[in-house]
Amino acid sequence: MSLTLDQVARIAHLARIEVTPAESEAVRDKLNGILAMIDELQSVDTTNVAPMAHAQDLAQRLRDDAVTETDRRAAYQAVAPETEAGLYLVPKVIE
Amino acid sequence: MQWEVVIGLETHAQLSTVSKIFSGSSTAFGAEPNTQAAAIDLALPGVLPVLNRKAVECAIRFGLAVGAEVSPRSVFARKNYFYPDLPKGYQISQFELPVVVGGNLVLQVGQGENAYEKTVRLTRAHLEEDAGKSLHEDFHGKTGIDLNRAGTPLLEIVSEPDMRSSAEAVAYAKTLHALVRWIGICDGNMQEGSFRCDANVSVRPKGQEAFGTRREIKNLNSFRFLQQAIDYEVRWQIETLEDGGKIEQATVLFDPDTGETRAMRSKEDAQDYRYFPDPDLLPLVISDAWKAEVKATMPELPGEKRARLEAEYGLSAYDAATLTASLEVADYFDAALAALGAAGKAQAKTVANWVMGELSARLNKDGREIGDSPVSAAQLAGLVARIGDNTISNAIAKKVFEALWNGDGQSADEVIDKQGLKQITDSGAIEKLVDEVLAANPGNVAEYKAGKEKAFNALVGQVMKAAKGKANPQQVNDLLKAKLAG
Repeated sequence: MSLTLDQVARIAHLARIEVTPAESEAVRDKLNGILAMIDELQSVDTTNVAPMAHAQDLAQRLRDDAVTETDRRAAYQAVAPETEAGLYLVPKVIE
Repeated sequence: MQWEVVIGLETHAQLSTVSKIFSGSSTAFGAEPNTQAAAIDLALPGVLPVLNRKAVECAIRFGLAVGAEVSPRSVFARKNYFYPDLPKGYQISQFELPVVVGGNLVLQVGQGENAYEKTVRLTRAHLEEDAGKSLHEDFHGKTGIDLNRAGTPLLEIVSEPDMRSSAEAVAYAKTLHALVRWIGICDGNMQEGSFRCDANVSVRPKGQEAFGTRREIKNLNSFRFLQQAIDYEVRWQIETLEDGGKIEQATVLFDPDTGETRAMRSKEDAQDYRYFPDPDLLPLVISDAWKAEVKATMPELPGEKRARLEAEYGLSAYDAATLTASLEVADYFDAALAALGAAGKAQAKTVANWVMGELSARLNKDGREIGDSPVSAAQLAGLVARIGDNTISNAIAKKVFEALWNGDGQSADEVIDKQGLKQITDSGAIEKLVDEVLAANPGNVAEYKAGKEKAFNALVGQVMKAAKGKANPQQVNDLLKAKLAG
């Protein structure tokens, strides 16, 4: 499998990474290199192997349902670019 | 052309935990913005999610309640999209291996004689985190973000496309709403967004097997809006198709002010969430022992209770379904029967009639829920007991009920006593009244003897009037008949 330049542009957009037309060929070739390695992996017969969800064969640890966090809004908002009335402000987004 | 409507619902139920699904922040509603948003909820660098045991237990409860398979192993996945109220750039959800698979929900659709039962299959239910809230009011042309809700645990419950009308969709939503409250996993508060539905709606020519193209109506937070939105959407789709148009798959919003649905500005990448297993979380393992432990704490479920009410008290299927439509109604009925003690079983039908009849009508009229009924279950039980032992007739009982509703007395006995409503069962006293009425109404007597049944009812009415409604109706009937025959 190999990618087209259009697909590279689309992936870049989904990831919100700016790839200039000048860079896109080089990015495509690098991505295609990764896909080639995956192609090699695909050739292994995995018929009776269950898909792995995590590199460690362990189960998720759980915590008790208790409130352990206190209000540290002032500290968090001190490093935010812009806040008002307790809200974080961001460029306008309207769906 | 005859069209068939096809509806599937996706419901988000906010789980009743005190802390978030992956952090120790509080989930309490209504706090000052961002005071319940800690480092994990803000996605600060270096933080790791730790799963809340209670949220998982809620999912197990749900799975058991709908007869689904509770997965021994399920996996959390990242659903990737960019939006400012989702600080990580992905939502932790479940994709290929959800915690609950399958199950069924049995609904009663419609009321009275037209009511019918329907089973809707469930596809799955999975755990996920909620996003924050965007406030688009003007902050100098910017959007304000409140992340208190970010990380609140949700159970997304997905149905199969089994519903064929908005009425069935509403019945499904109501039944599911009642169930999640019944098993104590969600408070069901729709105003606060604790229970919200997305409806996938399509139409197809009747008899056609393949589904039509669906549009998804997002975020319906009331049963009325659900009904209105689907009805509008169905009309719109049918008109579009009959005018030779095509339905494009889309996400739409319902505007309660206009009663219309409209497509959201299409996000070109809307469907490309690039799910993959979240490396921050290990697979969720649920042992049989844990399932058994949770099962032992489950209440009697609505379906089980319905069957028991029919078997134990001889109630009709419809009555039993109505009384188990919500935990509050079922609790009220139970409490009234318990207050009646040993007499409860014999009076169950009467209690059912009062709960579904007079009480429900008054509650509706005043826009109240049964939980804050002015007439308590114990008070209603006292009233039913006095009907049962012939102290009062049904007609008088309505007066007593009214008095209790208005707070004119603490108990049925007190009202009966204070207002002198005790039924006259002394046959001597009734006979006296009957004699007086017969003597005063020779016209009616003659008519009756000439074969006019109506004249008899007029005479009964006269006796009851003379008795101020308090004479035992059966005794009046019997005595009158005997006297007129003699």
